[in-house]
Amino acid sequence: MSAAEPAPAAPPGSAIEVADVHKSFGANEVLRGISLSVAAHEVICLIGASGSGKSTLLRCINLLEPISSGRICLLGQDVTVPGVDANAVRRQVGIVFQSYNLFPHMTVLRNVTLAPAKALRMPKAQAEDAAAELLARFGLADKRDEYPDRLSGGQQQRVAIVRALAMQPQIMLLDEVTSALDPELVAEVLDVIRELASGGMTMIIATHEMGFARDIADRVCFLEEGTIIEDAPPAELFTDPKDDRTRRFLRRIVEAGRL
Amino acid sequence: MSISEPGGTRSEDALLTEGISAGAPAAGFGAAGRGPKLLTGGGRRATAVSTASTLVVLAILVAIFLAAPGSSQVRHTFFDPHDMWQSFVGDPAKGYYSVGEAIWLNIRMFLAAEVLILILALVIALIRQSTGPALFPLRVLAMIYVDFFRGVPLLLVVYAIGFGVPALRLSFVSSQSYAVYGVIALTLSYSAYVSEVYRAGLNSVHQSQVAAARSLGLSKSTALRYVILPQAVRNIIPPLLNDFISLQKDTALVGVLGAIEANQAAQIYGSTVFNYSSLTVAAILFLILTIPLARFTDSLIDRDRRRRLAGAVT
Repeated sequence: MSAAEPAPAAPPGSAIEVADVHKSFGANEVLRGISLSVAAHEVICLIGASGSGKSTLLRCINLLEPISSGRICLLGQDVTVPGVDANAVRRQVGIVFQSYNLFPHMTVLRNVTLAPAKALRMPKAQAEDAAAELLARFGLADKRDEYPDRLSGGQQQRVAIVRALAMQPQIMLLDEVTSALDPELVAEVLDVIRELASGGMTMIIATHEMGFARDIADRVCFLEEGTIIEDAPPAELFTDPKDDRTRRFLRRIVEAGRL
Repeated sequence: MSISEPGGTRSEDALLTEGISAGAPAAGFGAAGRGPKLLTGGGRRATAVSTASTLVVLAILVAIFLAAPGSSQVRHTFFDPHDMWQSFVGDPAKGYYSVGEAIWLNIRMFLAAEVLILILALVIALIRQSTGPALFPLRVLAMIYVDFFRGVPLLLVVYAIGFGVPALRLSFVSSQSYAVYGVIALTLSYSAYVSEVYRAGLNSVHQSQVAAARSLGLSKSTALRYVILPQAVRNIIPPLLNDFISLQKDTALVGVLGAIEANQAAQIYGSTVFNYSSLTVAAILFLILTIPLARFTDSLIDRDRRRRLAGAVT
Protein backbone atom coordinates (compact mmCIF):
# COMPACT_ATOMS: atom_id res chain seq x y z
CA MET A 1 0.00 0.00 0.00
CA SER A 2 3.02 2.25 0.21
CA ALA A 3 3.30 2.77 -3.53
CA ALA A 4 0.46 5.21 -4.01
CA GLU A 5 -1.42 7.17 -1.41
CA PRO A 6 -5.05 8.21 -2.11
CA ALA A 7 -5.30 9.57 -5.65
CA PRO A 8 -6.73 13.08 -5.70
CA ALA A 9 -8.89 12.34 -8.75
CA ALA A 10 -11.22 10.00 -6.91
CA PRO A 11 -14.45 11.67 -5.85
CA PRO A 12 -15.08 11.47 -2.11
CA GLY A 13 -17.10 8.46 -1.02
CA SER A 14 -16.39 6.54 -4.19
CA ALA A 15 -15.31 3.00 -3.34
CA ILE A 16 -14.63 1.86 -6.89
CA GLU A 17 -13.77 4.13 -9.77
CA VAL A 18 -13.30 2.49 -13.15
CA ALA A 19 -12.26 4.93 -15.88
CA ASP A 20 -12.16 4.05 -19.57
CA VAL A 21 -10.80 0.55 -19.01
CA HIS A 22 -9.81 -1.48 -22.03
CA LYS A 23 -8.75 -5.12 -21.87
CA SER A 24 -7.65 -7.36 -24.72
CA PHE A 25 -6.74 -11.00 -24.82
CA GLY A 26 -4.53 -11.07 -27.89
CA ALA A 27 -6.55 -9.62 -30.75
CA ASN A 28 -9.80 -10.07 -28.86
CA GLU A 29 -10.85 -6.86 -27.13
CA VAL A 30 -13.10 -7.91 -24.26
CA LEU A 31 -13.52 -4.58 -22.48
CA ARG A 32 -13.90 -1.54 -24.72
CA GLY A 33 -13.81 1.53 -22.58
CA ILE A 34 -15.69 0.72 -19.37
CA SER A 35 -16.34 3.54 -16.92
CA LEU A 36 -18.16 2.89 -13.69
CA SER A 37 -18.30 4.60 -10.35
CA VAL A 38 -19.50 2.78 -7.25
CA ALA A 39 -20.13 4.64 -4.01
CA ALA A 40 -19.40 3.06 -0.65
CA HIS A 41 -22.21 0.70 0.48
CA GLU A 42 -23.65 0.65 -3.00
CA VAL A 43 -24.70 -2.60 -4.71
CA ILE A 44 -24.23 -2.76 -8.47
CA CYS A 45 -25.50 -5.62 -10.60
CA LEU A 46 -23.91 -6.34 -13.97
CA ILE A 47 -26.19 -8.04 -16.44
CA GLY A 48 -25.61 -9.05 -20.02
CA ALA A 49 -25.07 -12.08 -22.20
CA SER A 50 -22.18 -14.49 -21.65
CA GLY A 51 -19.04 -13.01 -23.14
CA SER A 52 -20.17 -9.43 -22.65
CA GLY A 53 -17.23 -8.79 -20.33
CA LYS A 54 -18.84 -9.00 -16.86
CA SER A 55 -16.40 -11.56 -15.47
CA THR A 56 -13.38 -9.94 -17.07
CA LEU A 57 -14.32 -6.60 -15.52
CA LEU A 58 -14.52 -8.17 -12.06
CA ARG A 59 -11.21 -9.99 -12.54
CA CYS A 60 -9.58 -6.73 -13.63
CA ILE A 61 -10.87 -4.91 -10.55
CA ASN A 62 -9.37 -7.66 -8.39
CA LEU A 63 -6.10 -7.36 -10.38
CA LEU A 64 -6.32 -10.99 -11.45
CA GLU A 65 -6.05 -9.67 -15.02
CA PRO A 66 -3.89 -6.68 -15.98
CA ILE A 67 -5.80 -4.07 -17.94
CA SER A 68 -4.63 -2.84 -21.35
CA SER A 69 -5.42 0.81 -20.70
CA GLY A 70 -7.51 3.01 -18.44
CA ARG A 71 -7.49 3.38 -14.68
CA ILE A 72 -9.03 1.65 -11.67
CA CYS A 73 -9.17 3.32 -8.25
CA LEU A 74 -10.21 1.34 -5.21
CA LEU A 75 -10.98 3.17 -1.97
CA GLY A 76 -9.22 6.23 -3.32
CA GLN A 77 -6.07 4.43 -4.42
CA ASP A 78 -5.08 4.04 -8.04
CA VAL A 79 -4.35 0.32 -8.30
CA THR A 80 -3.36 0.31 -11.95
CA VAL A 81 -0.14 2.31 -11.59
CA PRO A 82 3.06 0.24 -11.67
CA GLY A 83 4.46 -0.88 -8.33
CA VAL A 84 1.13 -1.39 -6.59
CA ASP A 85 1.18 -4.26 -4.08
CA ALA A 86 -1.47 -6.44 -5.69
CA ASN A 87 -1.64 -8.72 -2.65
CA ALA A 88 -2.46 -5.78 -0.39
CA VAL A 89 -5.16 -4.61 -2.80
CA ARG A 90 -6.71 -8.07 -3.01
CA ARG A 91 -6.90 -8.30 0.77
CA GLN A 92 -9.43 -5.48 0.65
CA VAL A 93 -11.38 -6.77 -2.32
CA GLY A 94 -13.00 -10.18 -1.99
CA ILE A 95 -14.03 -12.08 -5.10
CA VAL A 96 -16.22 -15.17 -5.33
CA PHE A 97 -16.28 -17.28 -8.46
CA GLN A 98 -18.94 -19.18 -10.33
CA SER A 99 -17.20 -22.52 -9.69
CA TYR A 100 -16.58 -21.86 -5.93
CA ASN A 101 -12.89 -22.85 -6.23
CA LEU A 102 -12.62 -24.06 -2.67
CA PHE A 103 -9.33 -25.75 -1.81
CA PRO A 104 -10.28 -29.44 -2.04
CA HIS A 105 -7.48 -30.70 0.22
CA MET A 106 -8.48 -28.53 3.18
CA THR A 107 -11.38 -28.65 5.59
CA VAL A 108 -13.96 -25.88 5.50
CA LEU A 109 -12.37 -24.26 8.53
CA ARG A 110 -8.91 -24.33 6.99
CA ASN A 111 -10.24 -22.96 3.71
CA VAL A 112 -11.55 -19.99 5.64
CA THR A 113 -8.57 -19.45 7.96
CA LEU A 114 -5.75 -19.92 5.45
CA ALA A 115 -5.69 -16.38 4.07
CA PRO A 116 -6.17 -14.56 7.41
CA ALA A 117 -3.42 -16.70 8.94
CA LYS A 118 -0.92 -16.45 6.08
CA ALA A 119 -1.69 -13.08 4.47
CA LEU A 120 -2.75 -11.11 7.56
CA ARG A 121 -0.54 -13.12 9.95
CA MET A 122 -3.47 -13.47 12.31
CA PRO A 123 -2.78 -15.87 15.22
CA LYS A 124 -4.31 -19.29 14.58
CA ALA A 125 -6.77 -19.21 17.47
CA GLN A 126 -8.02 -15.77 16.53
CA ALA A 127 -8.43 -16.75 12.87
CA GLU A 128 -10.34 -19.88 13.87
CA ASP A 129 -12.62 -17.99 16.22
CA ALA A 130 -13.41 -15.44 13.53
CA ALA A 131 -13.99 -18.18 10.97
CA ALA A 132 -16.26 -20.15 13.31
CA GLU A 133 -18.29 -17.01 13.94
CA LEU A 134 -18.69 -16.33 10.21
CA LEU A 135 -19.57 -19.96 9.48
CA ALA A 136 -22.20 -19.91 12.22
CA ARG A 137 -23.65 -16.67 10.86
CA PHE A 138 -24.20 -18.33 7.48
CA GLY A 139 -25.54 -21.62 8.83
CA LEU A 140 -22.38 -23.61 8.23
CA ALA A 141 -21.25 -24.17 11.83
CA ASP A 142 -21.65 -27.95 11.60
CA LYS A 143 -19.63 -28.13 8.36
CA ARG A 144 -16.38 -26.70 9.69
CA ASP A 145 -14.53 -30.02 9.68
CA GLU A 146 -15.93 -31.33 6.39
CA TYR A 147 -13.99 -31.40 3.13
CA PRO A 148 -15.51 -29.45 0.23
CA ASP A 149 -16.42 -32.55 -1.77
CA ARG A 150 -18.81 -33.58 1.02
CA LEU A 151 -20.85 -30.37 0.65
CA SER A 152 -23.65 -29.44 -1.72
CA GLY A 153 -22.99 -26.78 -4.33
CA GLY A 154 -24.91 -24.21 -2.34
CA GLN A 155 -22.95 -24.99 0.80
CA GLN A 156 -19.68 -24.83 -1.10
CA GLN A 157 -20.56 -21.46 -2.52
CA ARG A 158 -21.53 -20.15 0.91
CA VAL A 159 -18.18 -21.36 2.23
CA ALA A 160 -16.48 -19.55 -0.66
CA ILE A 161 -18.28 -16.35 0.34
CA VAL A 162 -17.30 -16.85 3.99
CA ARG A 163 -13.71 -17.47 2.89
CA ALA A 164 -13.65 -14.13 1.11
CA LEU A 165 -15.36 -12.37 4.04
CA ALA A 166 -12.79 -13.73 6.49
CA MET A 167 -10.32 -11.23 5.03
CA GLN A 168 -12.72 -8.46 6.14
CA PRO A 169 -12.78 -6.90 2.68
CA GLN A 170 -14.18 -3.43 2.02
CA ILE A 171 -15.53 -4.55 -1.33
CA MET A 172 -16.98 -7.82 -2.59
CA LEU A 173 -17.07 -8.90 -6.23
CA LEU A 174 -19.44 -11.76 -7.03
CA ASP A 175 -18.98 -13.43 -10.39
CA GLU A 176 -22.14 -15.33 -11.35
CA VAL A 177 -22.04 -17.11 -8.01
CA THR A 178 -25.31 -18.95 -8.58
CA SER A 179 -24.82 -19.97 -12.22
CA ALA A 180 -23.31 -23.38 -11.42
CA LEU A 181 -25.96 -24.26 -8.81
CA ASP A 182 -28.99 -26.46 -9.07
CA PRO A 183 -32.10 -24.25 -9.02
CA GLU A 184 -33.18 -25.35 -5.53
CA LEU A 185 -29.81 -24.28 -4.11
CA VAL A 186 -29.81 -20.77 -5.57
CA ALA A 187 -31.98 -19.22 -2.86
CA GLU A 188 -29.66 -20.05 0.04
CA VAL A 189 -26.78 -18.28 -1.69
CA LEU A 190 -28.87 -15.30 -2.68
CA ASP A 191 -29.99 -14.97 0.97
CA VAL A 192 -26.36 -14.70 2.00
CA ILE A 193 -25.78 -11.93 -0.53
CA ARG A 194 -28.91 -10.11 0.68
CA GLU A 195 -27.55 -10.23 4.19
CA LEU A 196 -24.26 -8.76 3.01
CA ALA A 197 -26.08 -5.97 1.21
CA SER A 198 -28.19 -5.13 4.23
CA GLY A 199 -24.96 -5.01 6.24
CA GLY A 200 -23.73 -2.23 3.95
CA MET A 201 -21.14 -4.18 1.93
CA THR A 202 -20.05 -2.47 -1.27
CA MET A 203 -20.61 -5.03 -4.01
CA ILE A 204 -20.46 -5.55 -7.73
CA ILE A 205 -22.47 -8.61 -8.69
CA ALA A 206 -22.38 -10.19 -12.12
CA THR A 207 -25.57 -12.21 -12.39
CA HIS A 208 -28.12 -13.86 -14.61
CA GLU A 209 -30.75 -13.73 -11.86
CA MET A 210 -32.77 -10.75 -13.06
CA GLY A 211 -35.37 -10.91 -10.30
CA PHE A 212 -32.60 -10.88 -7.72
CA ALA A 213 -30.84 -7.98 -9.44
CA ARG A 214 -34.08 -5.99 -9.40
CA ASP A 215 -34.50 -6.67 -5.66
CA ILE A 216 -31.05 -6.01 -4.42
CA ALA A 217 -29.25 -3.59 -6.73
CA ASP A 218 -29.00 0.15 -6.27
CA ARG A 219 -28.01 0.33 -9.90
CA VAL A 220 -28.01 -2.17 -12.72
CA CYS A 221 -25.51 -2.00 -15.58
CA PHE A 222 -26.25 -3.71 -18.86
CA LEU A 223 -23.09 -4.77 -20.69
CA GLU A 224 -22.78 -5.73 -24.31
CA GLU A 225 -19.58 -6.37 -26.24
CA GLY A 226 -17.38 -4.91 -23.56
CA THR A 227 -19.17 -1.62 -23.03
CA ILE A 228 -21.77 -0.46 -20.53
CA ILE A 229 -24.82 0.24 -22.66
CA GLU A 230 -27.07 1.40 -19.86
CA ASP A 231 -26.54 2.19 -16.18
CA ALA A 232 -29.70 2.93 -14.21
CA PRO A 233 -31.62 2.07 -11.04
CA PRO A 234 -33.33 -1.32 -11.48
CA ALA A 235 -36.86 0.11 -11.51
CA GLU A 236 -35.89 2.23 -14.45
CA LEU A 237 -33.71 -0.22 -16.35
CA PHE A 238 -36.10 -3.15 -16.11
CA THR A 239 -39.33 -1.25 -16.79
CA ASP A 240 -38.26 1.57 -19.03
CA PRO A 241 -34.92 0.80 -20.72
CA LYS A 242 -33.60 3.66 -22.82
CA ASP A 243 -31.46 1.73 -25.25
CA ASP A 244 -32.67 -0.62 -27.97
CA ARG A 245 -30.01 -3.18 -27.14
CA THR A 246 -31.12 -3.29 -23.51
CA ARG A 247 -34.69 -3.75 -24.62
CA ARG A 248 -33.73 -6.56 -26.97
CA PHE A 249 -31.76 -8.33 -24.22
CA LEU A 250 -34.58 -7.99 -21.70
CA ARG A 251 -37.10 -9.24 -24.22
CA ARG A 252 -35.07 -12.41 -24.71
CA ILE A 253 -34.83 -12.84 -20.94
CA VAL A 254 -38.61 -12.45 -20.57
CA GLU A 255 -39.19 -14.91 -23.40
CA ALA A 256 -36.92 -17.38 -21.62
CA GLY A 257 -39.08 -16.97 -18.54
CA ARG A 258 -36.25 -15.59 -16.42
CA LEU A 259 -37.91 -12.29 -15.46
CA MET B 1 -6.99 -35.45 -12.21
CA SER B 2 -8.63 -36.42 -8.98
CA ILE B 3 -8.82 -32.98 -7.54
CA SER B 4 -9.97 -30.40 -9.99
CA GLU B 5 -12.96 -28.15 -10.13
CA PRO B 6 -15.70 -29.49 -7.89
CA GLY B 7 -18.28 -29.00 -10.61
CA GLY B 8 -16.20 -30.17 -13.52
CA THR B 9 -15.41 -33.80 -12.91
CA ARG B 10 -18.76 -34.94 -11.58
CA SER B 11 -20.29 -35.94 -14.88
CA GLU B 12 -17.14 -37.78 -15.97
CA ASP B 13 -17.00 -39.68 -12.74
CA ALA B 14 -20.68 -40.47 -12.92
CA LEU B 15 -20.12 -41.92 -16.37
CA LEU B 16 -17.26 -43.96 -15.01
CA THR B 17 -19.41 -45.40 -12.26
CA GLU B 18 -22.12 -46.26 -14.70
CA GLY B 19 -19.57 -47.86 -16.98
CA ILE B 20 -18.27 -50.01 -14.18
CA SER B 21 -21.60 -51.00 -12.71
CA ALA B 22 -22.94 -51.75 -16.16
CA GLY B 23 -19.81 -53.68 -17.04
CA ALA B 24 -19.63 -55.88 -13.97
CA PRO B 25 -22.91 -57.79 -14.33
CA ALA B 26 -22.25 -58.23 -18.04
CA ALA B 27 -18.96 -59.92 -17.27
CA GLY B 28 -20.68 -62.00 -14.59
CA PHE B 29 -23.32 -63.21 -17.02
CA GLY B 30 -20.67 -64.01 -19.55
CA ALA B 31 -18.63 -66.07 -17.12
CA ALA B 32 -21.55 -67.88 -15.53
CA GLY B 33 -23.73 -68.03 -18.60
CA ARG B 34 -26.87 -68.73 -16.57
CA GLY B 35 -28.43 -65.61 -15.18
CA PRO B 36 -28.30 -63.61 -11.99
CA LYS B 37 -28.58 -66.48 -9.51
CA LEU B 38 -25.06 -67.60 -10.26
CA LEU B 39 -23.79 -64.07 -9.78
CA THR B 40 -23.75 -64.49 -6.01
CA GLY B 41 -21.42 -67.47 -6.33
CA GLY B 42 -19.35 -65.67 -8.97
CA GLY B 43 -16.80 -64.43 -6.44
CA ARG B 44 -15.87 -67.88 -5.14
CA ARG B 45 -16.03 -69.43 -8.58
CA ALA B 46 -13.81 -66.73 -10.02
CA THR B 47 -11.27 -67.27 -7.25
CA ALA B 48 -11.23 -71.00 -7.85
CA VAL B 49 -10.81 -70.56 -11.60
CA SER B 50 -8.00 -68.04 -11.26
CA THR B 51 -6.19 -70.17 -8.68
CA ALA B 52 -6.44 -73.25 -10.86
CA SER B 53 -5.24 -71.45 -13.99
CA THR B 54 -2.33 -69.93 -12.08
CA LEU B 55 -1.28 -73.35 -10.80
CA VAL B 56 -1.52 -74.87 -14.28
CA VAL B 57 0.63 -72.13 -15.81
CA LEU B 58 3.19 -72.45 -13.02
CA ALA B 59 3.28 -76.23 -13.36
CA ILE B 60 3.88 -75.95 -17.11
CA LEU B 61 6.73 -73.50 -16.62
CA VAL B 62 8.35 -75.67 -13.93
CA ALA B 63 7.95 -78.74 -16.13
CA ILE B 64 9.65 -76.99 -19.07
CA PHE B 65 12.46 -75.89 -16.75
CA LEU B 66 12.94 -79.38 -15.30
CA ALA B 67 12.71 -81.10 -18.68
CA ALA B 68 15.29 -78.81 -20.34
CA PRO B 69 18.53 -80.63 -21.26
CA GLY B 70 20.68 -78.32 -19.12
CA SER B 71 18.23 -78.21 -16.22
CA SER B 72 20.35 -79.85 -13.56
CA GLN B 73 23.34 -77.68 -14.47
CA VAL B 74 21.28 -74.49 -14.21
CA ARG B 75 19.76 -75.65 -10.96
CA HIS B 76 23.21 -76.25 -9.56
CA THR B 77 24.68 -72.97 -10.85
CA PHE B 78 21.81 -70.65 -9.91
CA PHE B 79 19.69 -72.38 -7.29
CA ASP B 80 22.08 -74.34 -5.11
CA PRO B 81 20.78 -73.96 -1.53
CA HIS B 82 24.24 -74.31 -0.01
CA ASP B 83 25.77 -71.63 -2.22
CA MET B 84 22.74 -69.41 -1.73
CA TRP B 85 23.23 -69.56 2.02
CA GLN B 86 27.01 -69.13 1.78
CA SER B 87 26.69 -66.03 -0.39
CA PHE B 88 23.95 -64.65 1.84
CA VAL B 89 26.07 -64.78 5.02
CA GLY B 90 29.43 -64.26 3.29
CA ASP B 91 32.92 -65.23 4.42
CA PRO B 92 35.62 -62.55 4.06
CA ALA B 93 38.28 -65.13 4.88
CA LYS B 94 37.42 -66.97 1.65
CA GLY B 95 37.39 -63.76 -0.34
CA TYR B 96 33.71 -62.97 -0.73
CA TYR B 97 31.25 -60.62 0.99
CA SER B 98 27.80 -61.21 2.45
CA VAL B 99 25.09 -60.31 -0.07
CA GLY B 100 22.65 -59.94 2.83
CA GLU B 101 24.87 -57.33 4.39
CA ALA B 102 25.65 -55.62 1.10
CA ILE B 103 21.96 -54.95 0.43
CA TRP B 104 22.05 -52.46 3.31
CA LEU B 105 24.29 -50.29 1.18
CA ASN B 106 21.64 -50.37 -1.56
CA ILE B 107 19.01 -49.38 0.97
CA ARG B 108 21.13 -46.54 2.35
CA MET B 109 21.96 -45.27 -1.14
CA PHE B 110 18.32 -45.52 -2.11
CA LEU B 111 17.11 -43.56 0.91
CA ALA B 112 19.74 -40.84 0.52
CA ALA B 113 19.14 -40.51 -3.22
CA GLU B 114 15.37 -40.44 -2.74
CA VAL B 115 15.47 -37.44 -0.41
CA LEU B 116 17.93 -35.57 -2.63
CA ILE B 117 15.90 -36.36 -5.76
CA LEU B 118 12.66 -35.12 -4.21
CA ILE B 119 14.33 -31.80 -3.41
CA LEU B 120 16.39 -31.28 -6.57
CA ALA B 121 13.56 -32.38 -8.88
CA LEU B 122 11.15 -29.95 -7.21
CA VAL B 123 13.59 -27.08 -7.64
CA ILE B 124 14.05 -27.95 -11.32
CA ALA B 125 10.31 -28.28 -11.88
CA LEU B 126 9.61 -24.92 -10.22
CA ILE B 127 12.31 -23.24 -12.32
CA ARG B 128 10.83 -24.72 -15.48
CA GLN B 129 7.33 -23.62 -14.47
CA SER B 130 8.45 -20.08 -13.59
CA THR B 131 7.39 -17.23 -15.83
CA GLY B 132 9.52 -14.25 -14.77
CA PRO B 133 11.73 -12.88 -17.54
CA ALA B 134 14.69 -12.60 -15.14
CA LEU B 135 14.67 -16.37 -14.68
CA PHE B 136 14.96 -17.07 -18.40
CA PRO B 137 18.61 -18.23 -18.27
CA LEU B 138 17.78 -20.57 -15.39
CA ARG B 139 14.85 -21.99 -17.36
CA VAL B 140 17.13 -22.72 -20.30
CA LEU B 141 19.66 -24.37 -17.99
CA ALA B 142 16.96 -26.47 -16.37
CA MET B 143 15.71 -27.56 -19.76
CA ILE B 144 19.21 -28.53 -20.91
CA TYR B 145 19.72 -30.39 -17.65
CA VAL B 146 16.55 -32.43 -18.06
CA ASP B 147 17.25 -33.18 -21.72
CA PHE B 148 20.82 -34.21 -20.94
CA PHE B 149 20.22 -36.50 -17.99
CA ARG B 150 17.16 -38.11 -19.48
CA GLY B 151 19.13 -38.83 -22.63
CA VAL B 152 22.36 -40.21 -21.18
CA PRO B 153 22.25 -43.80 -19.84
CA LEU B 154 22.47 -43.91 -16.06
CA LEU B 155 25.39 -46.35 -16.27
CA LEU B 156 27.49 -43.76 -18.11
CA VAL B 157 26.60 -41.12 -15.53
CA VAL B 158 27.71 -43.51 -12.77
CA TYR B 159 31.04 -44.06 -14.53
CA ALA B 160 31.54 -40.38 -15.25
CA ILE B 161 30.89 -39.27 -11.67
CA GLY B 162 32.49 -42.27 -9.99
CA PHE B 163 35.75 -42.21 -11.93
CA GLY B 164 35.78 -38.62 -13.21
CA VAL B 165 35.31 -36.69 -9.98
CA PRO B 166 38.08 -38.54 -8.02
CA ALA B 167 40.42 -37.97 -10.97
CA LEU B 168 39.99 -34.22 -10.55
CA ARG B 169 41.93 -34.57 -7.28
CA LEU B 170 40.05 -31.75 -5.57
CA SER B 171 40.58 -31.67 -1.84
CA PHE B 172 37.14 -32.63 -0.46
CA VAL B 173 34.99 -33.60 -3.42
CA SER B 174 37.47 -36.06 -4.88
CA SER B 175 37.94 -38.11 -1.73
CA GLN B 176 34.46 -39.50 -1.16
CA SER B 177 33.44 -43.15 -1.19
CA TYR B 178 32.03 -44.82 -4.29
CA ALA B 179 28.67 -45.00 -2.60
CA VAL B 180 28.60 -41.19 -2.35
CA TYR B 181 29.45 -40.79 -6.04
CA GLY B 182 26.81 -43.39 -6.80
CA VAL B 183 24.19 -41.44 -4.89
CA ILE B 184 25.20 -38.26 -6.73
CA ALA B 185 24.91 -40.01 -10.10
CA LEU B 186 21.51 -41.51 -9.22
CA THR B 187 20.30 -38.14 -7.98
CA LEU B 188 21.43 -36.30 -11.11
CA SER B 189 19.82 -38.80 -13.44
CA TYR B 190 16.57 -39.44 -11.57
CA SER B 191 15.96 -35.77 -10.76
CA ALA B 192 15.55 -35.15 -14.48
CA TYR B 193 12.74 -37.71 -14.66
CA VAL B 194 11.11 -36.80 -11.38
CA SER B 195 11.13 -33.08 -12.22
CA GLU B 196 8.92 -33.93 -15.19
CA VAL B 197 6.60 -35.86 -12.89
CA TYR B 198 6.39 -32.84 -10.60
CA ARG B 199 5.69 -30.63 -13.59
CA ALA B 200 2.82 -32.84 -14.67
CA GLY B 201 1.48 -32.63 -11.12
CA LEU B 202 1.74 -28.84 -11.02
CA ASN B 203 -0.03 -28.62 -14.37
CA SER B 204 -2.79 -30.93 -13.14
CA VAL B 205 -3.91 -28.36 -10.56
CA HIS B 206 -6.55 -26.21 -12.17
CA GLN B 207 -5.69 -22.58 -12.86
CA SER B 208 -8.82 -21.53 -10.96
CA GLN B 209 -7.13 -22.74 -7.75
CA VAL B 210 -4.31 -20.28 -8.36
CA ALA B 211 -6.83 -17.52 -9.01
CA ALA B 212 -8.75 -18.37 -5.84
CA ALA B 213 -5.59 -18.33 -3.72
CA ARG B 214 -4.21 -15.13 -5.20
CA SER B 215 -7.59 -13.38 -4.99
CA LEU B 216 -7.47 -13.83 -1.22
CA GLY B 217 -4.28 -11.80 -1.09
CA LEU B 218 -1.93 -14.75 -0.72
CA SER B 219 1.48 -14.19 -2.28
CA LYS B 220 2.68 -16.35 -5.15
CA SER B 221 4.93 -18.44 -2.89
CA THR B 222 2.29 -18.87 -0.17
CA ALA B 223 -0.26 -19.96 -2.77
CA LEU B 224 2.25 -22.42 -4.18
CA ARG B 225 3.15 -23.87 -0.80
CA TYR B 226 -0.29 -24.23 0.76
CA VAL B 227 -2.65 -24.55 -2.20
CA ILE B 228 -0.90 -25.73 -5.35
CA LEU B 229 1.91 -28.05 -4.20
CA PRO B 230 -0.17 -30.18 -1.80
CA GLN B 231 -2.67 -30.88 -4.56
CA ALA B 232 0.07 -31.47 -7.14
CA VAL B 233 1.97 -33.91 -4.93
CA ARG B 234 -1.19 -35.82 -4.09
CA ASN B 235 -1.83 -36.31 -7.79
CA ILE B 236 1.64 -37.63 -8.54
CA ILE B 237 2.27 -40.01 -5.64
CA PRO B 238 1.70 -43.16 -7.76
CA PRO B 239 4.07 -42.15 -10.59
CA LEU B 240 6.61 -40.94 -8.01
CA LEU B 241 6.55 -44.29 -6.22
CA ASN B 242 6.90 -45.99 -9.57
CA ASP B 243 10.12 -44.09 -10.20
CA PHE B 244 11.35 -45.00 -6.73
CA ILE B 245 10.76 -48.70 -7.33
CA SER B 246 12.98 -48.30 -10.34
CA LEU B 247 15.52 -46.35 -8.28
CA GLN B 248 15.77 -49.17 -5.74
CA LYS B 249 16.96 -51.55 -8.44
CA ASP B 250 19.24 -49.05 -10.11
CA THR B 251 21.31 -48.70 -6.95
CA ALA B 252 22.86 -51.95 -8.23
CA LEU B 253 24.58 -49.97 -11.00
CA VAL B 254 26.81 -48.32 -8.41
CA GLY B 255 28.47 -51.73 -8.09
CA VAL B 256 30.39 -51.07 -11.33
CA LEU B 257 32.48 -48.55 -9.38
CA GLY B 258 33.53 -51.26 -6.94
CA ALA B 259 31.17 -50.34 -4.11
CA ILE B 260 30.18 -53.55 -2.33
CA GLU B 261 26.45 -53.43 -2.82
CA ALA B 262 24.28 -56.54 -3.19
CA ASN B 263 24.82 -57.10 -6.91
CA GLN B 264 28.57 -56.54 -6.69
CA ALA B 265 28.86 -58.83 -3.65
CA ALA B 266 26.95 -61.49 -5.57
CA GLN B 267 29.25 -61.19 -8.58
CA ILE B 268 32.35 -61.41 -6.39
CA TYR B 269 30.94 -64.61 -4.88
CA GLY B 270 30.24 -65.95 -8.36
CA SER B 271 33.72 -65.29 -9.68
CA THR B 272 35.36 -66.63 -6.50
CA VAL B 273 33.36 -69.83 -6.03
CA PHE B 274 32.20 -70.27 -9.66
CA ASN B 275 28.60 -70.59 -8.61
CA TYR B 276 26.00 -67.94 -9.41
CA SER B 277 23.37 -68.80 -6.83
CA SER B 278 24.55 -65.59 -5.19
CA LEU B 279 22.90 -63.63 -8.03
CA THR B 280 19.61 -65.37 -7.24
CA VAL B 281 20.02 -64.29 -3.62
CA ALA B 282 20.59 -60.70 -4.73
CA ALA B 283 17.53 -60.89 -6.99
CA ILE B 284 15.38 -62.21 -4.14
CA LEU B 285 16.58 -59.44 -1.83
CA PHE B 286 15.76 -56.77 -4.42
CA LEU B 287 12.31 -58.30 -4.86
CA ILE B 288 11.74 -58.21 -1.10
CA LEU B 289 12.52 -54.50 -1.24
CA THR B 290 10.49 -53.55 -4.29
CA ILE B 291 7.36 -55.68 -3.98
CA PRO B 292 6.00 -54.01 -0.83
CA LEU B 293 6.49 -50.60 -2.44
CA ALA B 294 4.74 -51.81 -5.58
CA ARG B 295 1.76 -53.11 -3.58
CA PHE B 296 1.66 -49.88 -1.59
CA THR B 297 1.55 -47.92 -4.86
CA ASP B 298 -1.30 -50.09 -6.11
CA SER B 299 -3.28 -49.54 -2.93
CA LEU B 300 -2.82 -45.78 -3.19
CA ILE B 301 -4.06 -45.83 -6.78
CA ASP B 302 -7.06 -47.93 -5.69
CA ARG B 303 -7.84 -45.60 -2.83
CA ASP B 304 -7.67 -42.61 -5.13
CA ARG B 305 -10.02 -44.27 -7.61
CA ARG B 306 -12.50 -45.24 -4.89
CA ARG B 307 -12.45 -41.72 -3.52
CA ARG B 308 -13.26 -40.31 -6.93
CA LEU B 309 -16.11 -42.75 -7.43
CA ALA B 310 -17.44 -41.95 -3.96
CA GLY B 311 -17.25 -38.26 -4.83
CA ALA B 312 -19.42 -38.92 -7.87
CA VAL B 313 -22.13 -40.58 -5.80
CA THR B 314 -22.56 -37.86 -3.18
